[in-house]
Amino acid sequence: MSVRDDLAERVGVDLEAIDPLRVALYATLVGLVAFYLSPLESGLMTALKTEAEFATSPPFVPPTVEGFTLEPFGVALNTLSSAILNSIMLAVPATVLSALFGSFAAYGLTNFEWRGQLGVVALFIAGIFIPYQAVLIPLSRLWAIVDTQELLAPVLDITVFSAQVPVLGTVELATHPHYASIINLIITHTAYGIPITTLLFRGYYKKLSTEMLEAARLDGASAFTIYRRIVLPLSMPMFAVTLIYQFTQVWNDLLFALIIIPSGSGPAAVATIALNELTGGIIQTFNTQMAGAFVAALPTLLVYVLFGDKFAKGVAGNT
Amino acid sequence: MSPHILKRLLDRLRDDGQPVRTDGGTAAAGSETAGSGFDLGSTLSSLRESDAVRSAPFWLPPFLLMGFFVYGAISWNIVISFTDFGGLQLPTYDPSTFDLEMYRRAFSDGQFWIATRNTFVLLISFTGLSLAGGLGLAILVDRGIRFENWFRTIYLLPFSLSFVVTAVFWRWMYNFDSGLINAFLRSIGLDFVASKWLTGSIDTGALGAIPLVPDTFYFKLFAVIFALLWQFSGYAMVVYLAGLRAIPNDQYEAARVDGASILRMYRRVILPQLRASTVSAAVVLMVFALKAFDFLYVLFGSNPGPTADILSTMMYRQAFSANQWAYGSAIAVILFLVALTVVAPYLYGEYRRGEL
Repeated sequence: MSVRDDLAERVGVDLEAIDPLRVALYATLVGLVAFYLSPLESGLMTALKTEAEFATSPPFVPPTVEGFTLEPFGVALNTLSSAILNSIMLAVPATVLSALFGSFAAYGLTNFEWRGQLGVVALFIAGIFIPYQAVLIPLSRLWAIVDTQELLAPVLDITVFSAQVPVLGTVELATHPHYASIINLIITHTAYGIPITTLLFRGYYKKLSTEMLEAARLDGASAFTIYRRIVLPLSMPMFAVTLIYQFTQVWNDLLFALIIIPSGSGPAAVATIALNELTGGIIQTFNTQMAGAFVAALPTLLVYVLFGDKFAKGVAGNT
Repeated sequence: MSPHILKRLLDRLRDDGQPVRTDGGTAAAGSETAGSGFDLGSTLSSLRESDAVRSAPFWLPPFLLMGFFVYGAISWNIVISFTDFGGLQLPTYDPSTFDLEMYRRAFSDGQFWIATRNTFVLLISFTGLSLAGGLGLAILVDRGIRFENWFRTIYLLPFSLSFVVTAVFWRWMYNFDSGLINAFLRSIGLDFVASKWLTGSIDTGALGAIPLVPDTFYFKLFAVIFALLWQFSGYAMVVYLAGLRAIPNDQYEAARVDGASILRMYRRVILPQLRASTVSAAVVLMVFALKAFDFLYVLFGSNPGPTADILSTMMYRQAFSANQWAYGSAIAVILFLVALTVVAPYLYGEYRRGEL
């Protein structure tokens, strides 16, 4: 029996029959699509219009030939490109690190049994629900006290490190000490990402075959060998889910960046901060604002359109 | 291997809802004879001990990193709230000077109560509306429709966007002269409804005589709630959809055989079984509502004014705009306690049901 037949049977509706209820159902669904897409649609149309055009035409109507322009996107790309690179330098390591830590923690807390284990699990999971306001002032104190650039100086000169990115030659990475604050932000996001990644991996590891792990163990395999040979290869689908979900979370964050990147701007600004500054001006150039919103959202939109089902899995696990 | 371990193994399999397989049974029978020569008690306890030790390298480093940033920072924040840390000087942590002055200050601060009231209005109306909207979406999407994936993807799309991006879109949506909402209202002849959604208000007239109804009703907070509803109802939909799909098909079948109408079937058979989905979605939505700071910050800066100020914007303003660090910490502690009253019962319930 196909999935569709199955569904049809369970809701008691013959899919092939056309009846008024079905028509109303689809009309509602399409109306809701219009509602959910309207802010994006009117934003995109506005971003493609000249200033004279968007002030006079309805926001959802496509631009006329004379009123069409790509200039807002040019301005937005120019203003946001370095911030987007910063966001990539932030989000990629922070996402990979918190996924790895989450996988380790979940393995240690799921595929072993010891007293007090659930207490530790509870502490991990409670970390998901912390309102970040409760840690903001300590965070700003901590990163004022810890001089990351100085600490890393023996092993890594941040200025040299930044200059070594060859493809991005046009972006001046080399001179600004604020780049240390991106490392601070990576550490912070990694730490606060661990609770949710642990939860996601734990849900997955609970379903792994206990017999298989137990058999490997009786064969004398160490915990590390079992993780590396059995658990890690089996976790790849969950890594995809976790990386995609966590990437959007880190990319979309504004609050930590406001606190940890000094003065909230400058060459270390991440995409959310740069977009807020671009749109916070007094001049109401809505077309540039909308173009900026699309440019800043592009990576997450892309991830969502390409891997929407994996993102949804991360969402469903976030409970 | 002792029978205890076997039993535990089988229990775990059952907990996961997987059928107990027959090959598990034969393997266990073999291991039972192999383990018969051991002293059961000491084998068991040494195994437990070694499990705690063997697992530590995996969970302890992430735990320390997370614990330092989450629980260390919260404790540090509580300590700061007992000090007088403010202005540009550095905090002094002298226990003899610790007091609750900042909390007294909060409780006698009119702004604090306004922000608390707005926080609860946001929390309750946003969560309630998102749950209702999400449940509606989930039921529609679950009716065996074509292109289900497309519809689902579109409804969840706003959830993948950042607050900064959605706030920029909604500032344009709410624009008085050319925003989509007013353009739509005008196009269907409702010009008089078109308003300045982010700054305007309406006189409640005779309704103002009812207790709790203000004389002037400001749209600001509800404009924010509506936009957040747009962004988060897709999330509630995903959670409810998972709940609906977990209900066995024969229950739909039984309701149909009984001749129950669709409406009655949902009310009597389906909705009561969605309690767990409702609870988990509500908790997460409330946490998002407490985090709505980013959205308000982009729209209104750190001071949204008394009609939309919430505890998280007030905390940020006191600490990072006014340099009233200790006062900001105290507000943060109160916000944390509000979150705790939502989350702690939920986690305890999960623990009791063995779902942690």
